[in-house]
This record gives sequence, structure tokens and C-alpha cells, in this order.
Amino acid sequence: MKIKVERRGEISPKKRFAYLIFSLIIGFLIGGLIFLFKGINPFYALQKIFVGSFGSIYGWKETITKAIPLMLCGIGLSLAFKGKFWNIGADGQLLFGAVLATWIALSLGKTYPAFVVLPLMFVGGFISGAFWGIIPAIMKIKLGINEVITTLMLNYIAEQFVQYLVYGPWKGKTQYGFPYTDNFSSSATLPVIKGTRIHYPTLIIGIILAVLIYIFIMKTKIGYEIRVIGENPEAAKYAGINFLKTTIIMMAISGGIAGIAGVGEVAGIHHHLTVPQQISSGYGYTAIIVAWLARLNPLVVILSSIFFGGILVGGDTIQTSMGLPFATINIFNGLILISVISINFFLEYKISIKR
Amino acid sequence: MKRRKDLTLHSQGGKKIELLEMKGIYKKFPGVIANDNVNLEVKGGEIHALLGENGAGKTTLMNILYGIYQPDGGEIYINGKKVNIRSPRDAIELGIGMVHQHFMLIPTHTVAENICLGFKEAPFFYPTRVIEERIHDFTDRYGLKINPKAKIWQLSAGEQQRVEIIKTLLRGASLLILDEPTSVLTPQETKELFTILKKLVEEGHSVIFITHKLEEVMEISDRVTVLRKGKVVATVRTKDTNKKELARMMVGREVIFKLEREKIERGEEVLKVKDLFVENDRGLMAIKGVSFSVHKNEIFGIAGVAGNGQRELVEAITGLRKVKRGKVEILNVDVTNSSPKRIGDIGVAHIPEERIRFGIVPNLSVYENAVLRDYYHEPFSKGLFLNHHYIKEHSKKLVKEFSIDTPSIDTPVKLLSGGNIQKLILAREISTKSNLIIAAHPTYGLDVAATEYIRKLLLKKREEGAAILLVSEDLEEIFELSDRIAVIFEGKFMGIVPREKANLQDIGLMMAGSKRLEERNED
Repeated sequence: MKIKVERRGEISPKKRFAYLIFSLIIGFLIGGLIFLFKGINPFYALQKIFVGSFGSIYGWKETITKAIPLMLCGIGLSLAFKGKFWNIGADGQLLFGAVLATWIALSLGKTYPAFVVLPLMFVGGFISGAFWGIIPAIMKIKLGINEVITTLMLNYIAEQFVQYLVYGPWKGKTQYGFPYTDNFSSSATLPVIKGTRIHYPTLIIGIILAVLIYIFIMKTKIGYEIRVIGENPEAAKYAGINFLKTTIIMMAISGGIAGIAGVGEVAGIHHHLTVPQQISSGYGYTAIIVAWLARLNPLVVILSSIFFGGILVGGDTIQTSMGLPFATINIFNGLILISVISINFFLEYKISIKR
Repeated sequence: MKRRKDLTLHSQGGKKIELLEMKGIYKKFPGVIANDNVNLEVKGGEIHALLGENGAGKTTLMNILYGIYQPDGGEIYINGKKVNIRSPRDAIELGIGMVHQHFMLIPTHTVAENICLGFKEAPFFYPTRVIEERIHDFTDRYGLKINPKAKIWQLSAGEQQRVEIIKTLLRGASLLILDEPTSVLTPQETKELFTILKKLVEEGHSVIFITHKLEEVMEISDRVTVLRKGKVVATVRTKDTNKKELARMMVGREVIFKLEREKIERGEEVLKVKDLFVENDRGLMAIKGVSFSVHKNEIFGIAGVAGNGQRELVEAITGLRKVKRGKVEILNVDVTNSSPKRIGDIGVAHIPEERIRFGIVPNLSVYENAVLRDYYHEPFSKGLFLNHHYIKEHSKKLVKEFSIDTPSIDTPVKLLSGGNIQKLILAREISTKSNLIIAAHPTYGLDVAATEYIRKLLLKKREEGAAILLVSEDLEEIFELSDRIAVIFEGKFMGIVPREKANLQDIGLMMAGSKRLEERNED
């Protein structure tokens, strides 16, 4: 018996979609093994996950809440990944966005009205997220340092920085010693849909950004440059594209949008800055899967972020009802990512077994 | 010591191949039938040429024979016995050896080490010792001269090819497949290769010689099988045919061998390169003091074996590589170390070598590729946005004008054939830039029809007043197109000769670095 691997030609979109669904199912099946090891029927666990997230009004409310940061980070990552810039740093960029937004909220929130403070917080969050995204861009182009390493390491720096702030100089006087900053005043908090935690302004910004980034990638000069750099850097060089400028703009936007997600979390959910694990719970990493599942299309990210928002919520459900550690759902997500990314190989190559 | 005695010819038990038959071979790739019911018969002791244009299915057929691809249909017989070749290992055991167009050698290792690699009978300790003696045998026997201790990167392409041939012979190959073996050789090296091949068949080996060059078929082969679009057109004895007939079989129509070129006085100076020094990627000097100029209505050809600095020279002129010393002027503007965009804006078209690697973005559409070098200025874009409407209209025009064969302008370029990709690049470049055209290996790997089209186009541009710098390894192309010929060797010009005064012998010697014309001030 002999296994042969051969290159395929073009694949129809329909087939592509079928493969994607197939990869998800495979991911679920492999992920289900984890539950099996814990002595739980995997189908029962999967059912619990989806009932918990999509099976009730409450589930939907929470799912959308979690989808907001995933959506924003996912949109930013789609852009960076289009340029083959492996930005693993959305989590750190999100945290940095939260930090500057917090500073604006705490220093201006008491004196200025919401229509001044909130836009400033979003702009500030974008700028500081962008700043955190530009650093690895410059390091890659100017010094040739691999961006996977820099973006990942910058996450830890951002985490420790937030940790330092909330235990140290920014620790709130009214928080009974908890590692929180003081609560934001009402002019620095985002409105929510009644009876939910859905801070809808961030959600609307997310949907608008999905459309804008889609247009940016497909219709603008810089979007074109990003795609050329991503698809064939040699040709980009030949075309005279400025790598430094394009990469900086790309990562400023990518990091900036993640920063906006951070603004949403502090201004919409927590109303103060707190320990990084609370602010993000790994949204920046889960968003990598969100972006890939959407095949780097920002419009599709809207859907895939809701899907993964649901899985996170379902994870919470099984955590409480079955007594599983939250890490279970992270492993589960990781397996889905591996499955979704592996399918690229099968889209490019045909495997045939000959006797 | 007994071991070594066993290492005689056909040491691996490879039997002598008296007759190879491939019957009804069928191979389909997505969207294309590469081999359609192909029959091929090769006898022991003959040189069998496999002639066809690019994409005719020659290499696919040979990859099937060598076990790299599995056929979808058909059978292979050796000495009348049906065989199943599932991998190159099977092929080697049956006595089939293949020398690929791109050598499979490790540059930092020595010749002997490369030959040992994967050679079953090499002893575990000091494997090269045995091999070195064996290599000397081959030198004596077939004139395969090579120093076993030399590192691969120090060798010329011709020598590397010899290493590949020795490798296959040592593994007991009785039938040798050579895939376009002369494409990297100087004329002298080609002659040496042919001598070696003739010795090999005298000893009872057989050779399948893949080529699209008619001269070579006539010179070396005993029989020739012509493939066109995946089908066998005919198998004929070489002495019963001629170039013209073969060309018609290969292309399916009459081919003009001599292109019309008008006598034309050259105009003003367009490109001026003065005492140029350029480094390669490894930081070694690749261009060492080159000076020349190219004029309006002139094609200036640079001949030479690949890797002698051609690439660095072209990249330095087009702004892709830093100039260490010296000067580049285009239309009296100093463009030394200018950006590629600025140089493009002066009207410099650049047809890069390795077109798929440098010239296009394979996953983007035809229309997006059509503006790769112009997207940033009006009317192709306005402000921040691309003008998709204009870009699409422009692309449609190019596709029509240059008869680029594509299903639509939305098709990803990677699905186009090599010839059509090259046409697209040419169309893109010369439609907006035509003061100076820099063409690096413009017809490399293209079929006869596309080659003819592109050469004609370059000549037409010459008549219209463009200055053209042509870099090519194909001497036929250099002689056919150039008004003046420069030969580059190890980063220096060995001489610049007007075409009328040039002869193949001298150019060949200059390419090998063994002849140099006295420097004289040109112009």
C-alpha cells in the first residue's frame, strides 16, 4: 500500500465550505475525547456546551457579550494575517487599549460628559493598542526579528504591566484592597442593552469596523499592498512596495482594533481595570481561531466570533455543571484551531491511497 | 576489500534494460490531461529524444517512469516484463536513473559526500573513501572528469551535472533520463556532455533526452518521439527527418526560424552604467566594475552562464539592490540607488527572471496583477483607493491586445500557463513604460509559439524607439535579437561585440572565462 500526496488545482467555494464544516466536525470529535478521558459522554458535553450558549435567551445574551471582544480582535488579526504577519499579540494589544482608556476614564470621567469621555476612550484605546502593535512591526522589518516571538512576549509584558498598575499605583481607594482601580464614573461607562451585559456601542463599532476593514483590504492601495506582501514578498519588493510603512500601518490598525476591544471590556463590563486574566480571559488567542475560521474575511468574522463566543459560554456552563476545569474548553478550542488550520493542507493537496 | 570488488558497474543488481515500453500512459491533473494514451519505446543502446514544447507532457511522462507520479492508466514493460514503479526507489532498482533539470545536490558538501548520500553500498564509516576510487573509474571510462573532494558550490553547472550523472550510474542505472540537460550549459560544456552520452550508449546504456531544442535532437539522438499537448505525434528515426518537420510536429504549424529585423540606426543614450560594483546576498562582490550603455533603438544582449552576476546587475539598475560603487544613469538622470518606484516612473520596464517568484502574485487575479507596478498612481488609483473600474478596463484591453489566454480577468494568475504569465508581465510593463526595457531571461521555459511572440514584441519595441537590455542564457536568443553582445563572467564583462562580428565559438569561450577581449572604450 502506498500513500501519495499530490497538488490539487483550483477548488470550488462550495467544496471549500464543505471541507471547512468537515474540519469543524473532526475538531469537535477529537475535542470530545477530552471529555471521554474525564468519564463524560462527549456528545452529552457538546450538547451541554451548545445548549448553554445558544439554547436560551440567557445563553444568547452571554454569547453576544463574549463575541464582542472576539469580533474586534478577530477583525484586527484577519488584517495582519492577510499580510502574513503572525500577530499572536492581540491579547497584549487589548490590554494596552484598556490601560489608556482607564487612564482617560479616571482622569476625565468625573469632569466631562459621556459624549466627550467615551469617544476619547475609544480613540485612546485604539492609539495605545496600535502602539503595542507597531513595536513588533518595526522589530520585524528593521531588525528581522520574528514577530511570533515578539508579539507573544509583548503579551506577557502587557499582562505584568496591568498587574503592576492594579496592585500598585492605580489600586483603587474604594475597593477594599482588591486589585481594582476605582470604578469609572457613569460618563465613562458604556450603555448596555437592558437586562444584558451587551455593551452595544462596542458591538456596533465592531460591525462597522468589519465592513470598513473589508473595504480597506479589497479596495484601497494599502490593502492591496498588504495582500501583495502577504502572498508574495518577492513580488512586493519588485513592485517597490515600502515594507516598513505598509507593515506599520497594518499593525497599527490590527493592534488598534484589539485596543478597542480592551476599551469595551473595561468601559462596558468591569467598569474598572483589574487583573489581566479578568479583563481578557484569552480573547486575543481565541480570536486567532475566529480569524482563521472566517478564512481571514472580516465580514465572516462577525459570524465566527459569535460561534466562538458561544463555545466560551458553553465552557463556563460545563465548568459549573460538570465540575470541569476551564482549561478544558481551552484545550477544546486549541484542537478546533489545529483542525481548521490543518484543513488548508487538504485543500491544497490530494491524498490518494494505492494498493 | 572484497566489498569494493562488488562495486562494479550495475553493482546494485540493476539489470540491463534491452527494451523499455510505456503503453497507453494516461495521466490527468485537475483541468488538464498531461498524458493522453502515450506510447513510448526505448531500445537498449540508443539515445532517444523526447521532444515537445513546455506543457506537452514530457516531464510528466518521465516522472511517471521514474515513479514520482502514478499514472491513472497504462502499463510499463521492461524487457517484455510488466513492472510496477511506485517510487523512485523502485525505478532505481529496475535500473532507471534520472538527472533532473534542477540538481538535487547539497552545495556545502563535497562531490563524494553527495554521491554517498542514499547510496546503499557505501560503508557506514568513511563512506567517501570507496566512492572516490569509483569516481576515478568513471573518469577513465567515460571522461566524466570531476574532483571528488571539491565542494559542490565551487563547481560549474556542467560539473554539477556530471556529479548527478555519476550518482545515477553508480546506483546501477542502465537507462538514463536527462531532463533538459543543456539548459544550464555553455556550448563547450554541451559538447562535452554529448561526448559522454555517446560513450555511455557504446557501453550499452540507453538515454532518454528531454528537450525542446531541435538542434540537439538532430545532433545527438538516434530516434525521437514528439509530444504535443499530452499526445504522441510520432516516433521517427532522426536521420529520416529534419528540423523543419520536427518543428511542425512539435508546434502543429510552420515555424519561422529567422525573425525579421529591420536595419535601424541607434539613437541617443538611454542607460549608462559606469564602473558598477554590486554585492550579492552573501555580501560578496558579484559585479566588479562593469561599464556599458544602451541606446534608443538598440538591443544590448548580455550572455553568460547563470550566476555570474546577471541578477545582481539587473537588480542594481532597477533599484532592487544597493549599488556599492559606480553610477547608473537613465536618460541623463542619476538613478543610482533610487527606489524601484522612481525608476519605474522614468519609464523603465522590468521583466524579471523567475517570473513566478518575482513577477507576479500567484493567488491574486489577472487584473490585480496587471497593475502590480502602476497601482499607486493615477488613473489606476485615486487618493487612498484603487480605481477598480479603470484597472479592470485596462486589464481587459491588455488581455485582448496581447492575446493572453485566460478564462477571465478575475482568474488567479497561478492558473495561467507560463507563456501567458509572461505575456501578462510584458503587457503590464511595456504598456506603461517604454523608454528602457530590461528583460531577464524573457523566454526561459516558454514554448515555441510564446517565445516567438515575445521575441517579435521586443524587436517591435526596438523599432519603436525603446532601449532594451536583454539578459539571457540562451545564445540563440542573444544572437537573434541583440545589436551588441556583452559576455559576463564572474561579475565582469569579458568583452562587448557587435552582433555582426560575433561568433558562437568566441562567445562560448568568453562565457567560460577563457577568452577576454581587450578593453576598449566603447562609443
